[in-house]
Amino acid sequence: MSVAKPLPHESARLHVTGTARYTDDIPAPAGCLHLAFGLSDQACGTLEALDLSAVRAAPGVAAVLAAADLAPMPDCSPSAQDEPLLCTGEVQYAGQPLYVVVADSHLNARRAARLHRAQVTERPALLTIEDAIAAESWFDGGPRIWSDGDVEAGLAAAPHRLSGEIEIGGQEHFYLEGQAALAVPSEAGEMHILTSTQHPTEIQHKVADALGLPMHAVRSEVRRMGGGFGGKESQGNALAIACALAVRLTGRPCRMRYDRDDDFLVTGKRHDFRIAYEVGHDAAGRIHAIRFKHWTRCGWAQDLSLPVADRAMLHADNAYDIPAMEITSWRLRTNTQSATAFRGFGGPQGMLGIERVLDHVAHAVGRDPLDVRRLNFYADGVSEGPAPRAPRDISARKKGKTHYGQEVSDFCLNALVARLAEGCDYAGRRARVAAWNAANPVLKRGIALTPVKFGISFTLTHLNQAGALVHVYNDGSIHLNHGGTEMGQGLHSKVCQVAADRFGCDIARVKVTATDTGKVPNTSATAASSGADLNGMAVKAACDTIRDRMAAQLAAEHQADPADVVFVGDKVRVAGAEYGFEEAAAKVYMARVSLSATGFYATPDITWDRVAGKGRPFYYFAYGAACSEVVIDTLTGENRILRTDILHDAGASLNPALDIGQVEGGFVQGAGWLTTEELVWDGAGRLRTHAPSTYKIPCASDVPPVFNVALWDVENREASIYRSKAVGEPPLMHGISVLMALSYAVAACGSGYPNLHAPATAERVLGAVRAMR
Amino acid sequence: MEIPFRLNGEDVTAQIDDPTTTLLDWLRDRGLTGTKEGCNEGDCGACSVVVTGEDGPKALNACILFLPQLTGKAVRTVEGIAAPDGTLHPVQQAMIDLHGSQCGFCTPGFITTMAAAHANGATDHEDQIAGNLCRCTGYAPILRAARAAQVAPVPDHMRDTPITGPQILKSNHHHPRSADELADWYAANPDATLIAGATDVGLWVTKQFRDLGQVAFLTGCDDLKGVSVTETEISIGAMTDMETLRHAVAPHHPSFAELIRRYGSVQVRNAATIGGNIANGSPIGDSPPPLIALGATLHLRRGDERRRLALEDFFLDYGKQDRRPGEFVTHVTFPRQADTLSCHKLSKRFDQDISAVCGAFNLPVADGVICGPRIAFGGMAGIPKRAGHVEAALDGQPPTTDILRLAAKSLRKDFSPLSDMRASAEYRLAAAEGMLIRLAEDAPSLLDVDP
Repeated sequence: MSVAKPLPHESARLHVTGTARYTDDIPAPAGCLHLAFGLSDQACGTLEALDLSAVRAAPGVAAVLAAADLAPMPDCSPSAQDEPLLCTGEVQYAGQPLYVVVADSHLNARRAARLHRAQVTERPALLTIEDAIAAESWFDGGPRIWSDGDVEAGLAAAPHRLSGEIEIGGQEHFYLEGQAALAVPSEAGEMHILTSTQHPTEIQHKVADALGLPMHAVRSEVRRMGGGFGGKESQGNALAIACALAVRLTGRPCRMRYDRDDDFLVTGKRHDFRIAYEVGHDAAGRIHAIRFKHWTRCGWAQDLSLPVADRAMLHADNAYDIPAMEITSWRLRTNTQSATAFRGFGGPQGMLGIERVLDHVAHAVGRDPLDVRRLNFYADGVSEGPAPRAPRDISARKKGKTHYGQEVSDFCLNALVARLAEGCDYAGRRARVAAWNAANPVLKRGIALTPVKFGISFTLTHLNQAGALVHVYNDGSIHLNHGGTEMGQGLHSKVCQVAADRFGCDIARVKVTATDTGKVPNTSATAASSGADLNGMAVKAACDTIRDRMAAQLAAEHQADPADVVFVGDKVRVAGAEYGFEEAAAKVYMARVSLSATGFYATPDITWDRVAGKGRPFYYFAYGAACSEVVIDTLTGENRILRTDILHDAGASLNPALDIGQVEGGFVQGAGWLTTEELVWDGAGRLRTHAPSTYKIPCASDVPPVFNVALWDVENREASIYRSKAVGEPPLMHGISVLMALSYAVAACGSGYPNLHAPATAERVLGAVRAMR
Repeated sequence: MEIPFRLNGEDVTAQIDDPTTTLLDWLRDRGLTGTKEGCNEGDCGACSVVVTGEDGPKALNACILFLPQLTGKAVRTVEGIAAPDGTLHPVQQAMIDLHGSQCGFCTPGFITTMAAAHANGATDHEDQIAGNLCRCTGYAPILRAARAAQVAPVPDHMRDTPITGPQILKSNHHHPRSADELADWYAANPDATLIAGATDVGLWVTKQFRDLGQVAFLTGCDDLKGVSVTETEISIGAMTDMETLRHAVAPHHPSFAELIRRYGSVQVRNAATIGGNIANGSPIGDSPPPLIALGATLHLRRGDERRRLALEDFFLDYGKQDRRPGEFVTHVTFPRQADTLSCHKLSKRFDQDISAVCGAFNLPVADGVICGPRIAFGGMAGIPKRAGHVEAALDGQPPTTDILRLAAKSLRKDFSPLSDMRASAEYRLAAAEGMLIRLAEDAPSLLDVDP
């Protein structure tokens, strides 16, 4: 069995020896040219004139393309056709590409791209949520409103009411490998594009569209990315299109990579949100009704903002069975980078909204927030989990359905949280934290345990499909391709494990090569945590097709039943005979039976009406919980995580080592989002934090000194690949435990509620502490 | 120009026209693409390489390392970390076995940094890899790998030696071999740019495309390197790197050493010099506040002319220092004294971050009262600056919370800080007050709290 083993990443040896090849490591084809964008300094206005004479005269410049050179202007948008490659007259944000330089080296292109003189008649830019609301500047035709139950009555009848608001900052992806693309001309105007992208088909589609070619004339390929996190779902389009246009203009191969500062300035980030809430609850902390308002800055173009904002709404319940909820969501258009997909895709923001509510309600009723959380949990589904079920609160009238009408039948957080709380001694430590705080006037500790319930599936239902192509060669080696892309998550490793398991063979026989639109067509982005679920099933289907053909042939040769042919231990056994896998493959080949097959999968049983906000958008939910303990300095606001314990539901894990890696990495990324990672724009709309010198993702010493991660090893109730669960996005939201622990520590400085916003930088923590005193 | 050095065990000569060609670009142009560009400013470590000079192996960032700085050194890139027969280095094997790579893009930089630490027997792994950013793993498996590999012996091929007596050939740039040579040349070429560790000048090139004009590389000025300690004085040569300074100053002023631990990263501290940190006049350089608090004197030289001044007097205004054309920093000295120095570096992230506020507090107490306090801040003004009003309020007073609280109010007379992406003006003032009040509190450092 290769499945469920903690095998290393399939490229681990290449990674550590520096021989894993990324897009910009591909040797430059002869005569290759290099591109760079010239960027707008202004956030909003009319581009009256663009003097490019110095750019054209700069050393090494082969060509310069501006809007006037491109008719029609190619579009880069993944959704609404509202992203011209270059500014067409209206400047939309500071950092917007105005023109593209084609030069003989990366450095010459970058140098030349500073030499333009743009004459812009500036207009007041819409930068903040307030600006956009005042100007009624929004997408989606106005706010989207979903309502479930009688919220007004619920609020009115509740014994207690409170309201509040939280600001939630955005987040830069900071994939270590910046955006990069290489376009190589093929014969007859065809194009081969190698990019660092999560979505090769979209690159193919957008390049074909820009060149006026059918999709079959463009081949898009990606072996691996140096990190994606959603930032390479749509943000690579501009580079690929620009390179393809430059190839057509010059007849030479063209490549482009963003310098890190350009990457920050040009590309989209996680959406920042403001979430306001009005809550009706009782004295125990049971929530009767909530009215949420979400505002999010989408930036200048729509990109993926509508489904991001939808997913925030879809996670406004998180783990809680709330009788009545109304959510109004404004998707604001601003003169800033177009916010895009980022691990969790709006889910983390929506979830933080409700976790903030639980924290606030618990403070108001004077109870341990964990007790209030558990009081409001959905009921566990019938579970075969290893832990005893928590006693059902019989006074609870649980509806067992989300606010969008999906039944929550696989809930396991009552048991999971009980196990985690016991394992990390939550109660004992909470008491010790309180005692410590009483004795320490300068430093204060905080502890919090927060749950995660995350919906798995693309909410755009048609994206929930995948294809695979598997070849067994007559030497017994296996070559496979599928529609997913490798960005570090170990997807290729997992599908190799699946293939090796289907053939009962040694995993060393199996090789995945670059994702290629010429091999597997019409792929969905590797996103929404869906990579292994979808592509694993497609690979399984393809492998089973071949295996069944092999079995049929070998059975026929031995007058046996195909069902009795066994593939195990790198051998094939049939009617008392045993063949090595390569021997079996050779025999089947000699018998003129095809050893190549495609596989396909479409997720069953999902339906979704996004306008009404009703349906079953998710095939299942992934769960988990995290407990974090922090310490703050009340004189400076500095803060640290001291310990984190996580129990995470990855179903029956395909590879526990990779899954634990996703949980550890996701947690740290989520903690960074809510603490040190602060995006700062100045009053003119210029992003001031555009490099790692000013934008601070966590480093090694920010990892909690005590950091325990374990998997809740229970099979998925749905028939997912080997009953595993998707694990890419959900762990990010364990970072919420850190913000809630900080809230506890700040609360220890006074009697009010801290109202701590995110990211909780030292400055914000000190501000919150001072507001308490 | 031709620059001889050793690359992955082989002697090579780099032929370059531009003296500010970076090692990273040179390597990648030659197909050695294992070394990655992550930020091009020395903040992510993806381009880390191991450089061995006379003082042993060090991790350095190749993106802001100009080739002439490498003259005679032995460089090892990720391609040269496994043994020539392909046997993996212990840190490579541990990174595979313990799942230390995910996307793998940062991995070569981790491998080289960890291999340098391993060669040096370092076990302070969090500090050793603080200059390497990883966005996938959350560092936990990387730290496990570093710990697992630390007991393995250093492979023979990692014992590099520099080339002896190397010369840069056919050079049209200056490479002084001593302070005297530098003094003569710089007096004659006062508009030239001096390059020491290039951790700041590197960014002028990679990010600002500044034309540096004539340059001189000071790497060969051995007589400007090192720390000497006498009965009365500690003297730090201008070309002393921050990592050397950190260890030299630790026995005398541990709080200063702890501050330097958080200055940049291993890669940056291995390159950055004390002279550069002072002479570039940054208001947020971390070494001036503690040096000012210790009563440091700056020593300058132009030709044969030497002068000295109190360090705080060197900083005239934002971007303006009391340094004449052709004049350079030779060393900085401060008197031996009982250690009463306390430093507090405040930044968004603890490690490898530029200070929002850096406070240095030297409060000698005699007969129960503060006697001649020296307090200096970075990040609170356009220059590193003493807090004169606060010092006056404390002098002759007992070091109690009440006195410090009262004195902290004077900060607003001493400073009108700016708001920027690192911190607001109000927060800078509030946190500086907090630092002062904290001096009287019996509270451990946040970094010393155990889980």
